Amino acid sequence: MGLVVAEQLTKEYITGEVAVRALNGVSFTIEPASFVSFVGPSGSGKTTLLNLIGCLDVPTSGRLIVAGTDVGTLNRRQGAIFRGATIGFIFQDFNLLPVLTVYENIEYPLLMVQLVPLTERQRRVTALLEAVGMADQKDKRPDQISGGQKQRVAVARALVTQPKLVLADEPTANLDHHTAYMVLNLMKKMRDEFKTTFIFSTHDQKIVGEAETIFTLEDGKLNAAKSKGGNGHE
Amino acid sequence: MSNLFKIAIRNLFRYRRRTLLTASLITVGVVFVLAFVSVSGSFKNMMIGQITDSMLGHLQIHRRGYVASIDNLPLNLNLRPQALKRVEDTLAAQPGIEASSPRIKFGGMFSNFAETTNIRLNGVYPDREFRTAPLLTSRIIEGKKTLEKGEILIPVLLARGMGVKLNDPIVIVATNQDGSVNGKQFTVSGILESATGPGGRDGYIHIEDAQEILRMPQMEVSEIAIRLKDFSTLNAYASRIEDLLATELNKQGKAIFEIHTWENLSPFYNIARMIDVMTFFIKLMLIAIVLISIMNVMIMAVYERIREIGAIAAIGTLPGKILNMFVIEGFCMGIMGALIGDIMGISLVYILNLFKISYNFGQQKGIILQAVVQPMDIFMISITVIIVSVIASLQPAFKASRMEPIQALRHV
Repeated sequence: MGLVVAEQLTKEYITGEVAVRALNGVSFTIEPASFVSFVGPSGSGKTTLLNLIGCLDVPTSGRLIVAGTDVGTLNRRQGAIFRGATIGFIFQDFNLLPVLTVYENIEYPLLMVQLVPLTERQRRVTALLEAVGMADQKDKRPDQISGGQKQRVAVARALVTQPKLVLADEPTANLDHHTAYMVLNLMKKMRDEFKTTFIFSTHDQKIVGEAETIFTLEDGKLNAAKSKGGNGHE
Repeated sequence: MSNLFKIAIRNLFRYRRRTLLTASLITVGVVFVLAFVSVSGSFKNMMIGQITDSMLGHLQIHRRGYVASIDNLPLNLNLRPQALKRVEDTLAAQPGIEASSPRIKFGGMFSNFAETTNIRLNGVYPDREFRTAPLLTSRIIEGKKTLEKGEILIPVLLARGMGVKLNDPIVIVATNQDGSVNGKQFTVSGILESATGPGGRDGYIHIEDAQEILRMPQMEVSEIAIRLKDFSTLNAYASRIEDLLATELNKQGKAIFEIHTWENLSPFYNIARMIDVMTFFIKLMLIAIVLISIMNVMIMAVYERIREIGAIAAIGTLPGKILNMFVIEGFCMGIMGALIGDIMGISLVYILNLFKISYNFGQQKGIILQAVVQPMDIFMISITVIIVSVIASLQPAFKASRMEPIQALRHV
């Protein structure tokens, strides 16, 4: 069974008296350890879909199974617990906590979400700091490092809980091309190392090519998937 | 939990100026409340001490109906020998009583052989009276600090008005219960400083002299004043003594004895109550200052960190933990304000004491105010500030914890 299975997913938003359908009967399966991209223009439904997969929102209709759990049935608290245990997030704006150092930002989910013991925390954080090449910056605060470095820290923070799935919404949007490629290569390397599934959204056609499976969204509908490695299919 | 504190403290220092301004506001509030509570509390306690220790005693026992007619000093409402013995035996068995003093109170005529005026007198056992009202000796501004048979202590205003000096002979004339008049000559052995409150301008003679003037065949007293070892046990002892004496009933089936604390006997109690009411309102102002300032800061903090809240909620931080994060910020700010306020408040009171502020209370002039910061006041004010800080943080913290991660992450 796939890590993410979507069946006829629909999501409608009510804006005033108008119902806007952001997703319209989307179905797909994503296998474990995939490196998947959702592409499409602004308003195509990429972020909505990632929010649904990330249990940050619930579908209006259809079924969405993530890591064996029907995420549409989770309440607020169950959703938070599920996210903390199963999903890592990388945000477009990095969203690192400005009052914490690089080390503490990566440690945060282990400390505040998973309650991992100190020695294990140290082991995992140190390993990830090395893996993302930020070991020498570990005592700096987010405002003391560059955008690319921030996103590397965000990647490490997303991976530190050893999630089955990492969701990245436009992770390279605030980075220059060189840095964007570096971050994507880092994500790929992490996928290879930790066997974590990465799903990211982008509208940048140059970056899209880095994905192994590409789902194209248009007006809330999923077009055919292109697969380089064959890990995802519609 | 320590990590929540670490994040909270760092967030507070992230907006250093705002945190300092808010903490300063709380500090100023705490300083003024502490200073007011200390000064007013010390004034109140000094006055209560003056009243109880120089005249009234902490509580008094009378025969039923005596206090209602106390202005007349009715001799027919004295405690008879049997009742007196009952009271004395009861008091002797109470370990918390420091001393007690039976008094015969009566009104008489005071004559210096040239002029005559009226006087209120207390017939007392000097040793017992001085132990029950220990400041009485300090009110003797001229003469020896004792009282023998045949001697009289007279209030200073009377001495001045009548032109009486130490060791002058005077005559006291009084009417007894049966209406017969009797007189006795005394020597003025001391001049008493006047004190504000009931009994503050009374004279003192030996109880046996009073018995002689009033031609009492047996000892009868108007009241028994009591001094407790611990003033804070006043109400407990008043109730206990009342219960112990409640078995003695008169013909109407009512208790013979009435127990009155100083509060029932002195009008200063109303001033003390007013001071308490003012202190209460000052504390309410502090609560309002803390509540509004902390709530304002925390609302700002939540508003400014909406995206951060969205991010930590998205990565799985439970709502309860987000709530704690903000409540702890308010808690820390409260502690900071309370701690600095306490230190500055204590310093301010210390400085005030260096200036030796003096005031007059009734006839008593130049009383030096010795403000004391009570540890309980510091504790209560600090706890109030901290609790109010937490309460003020709750609404913004709750709002933060209930935020939808998607909407929070979209916030610009």
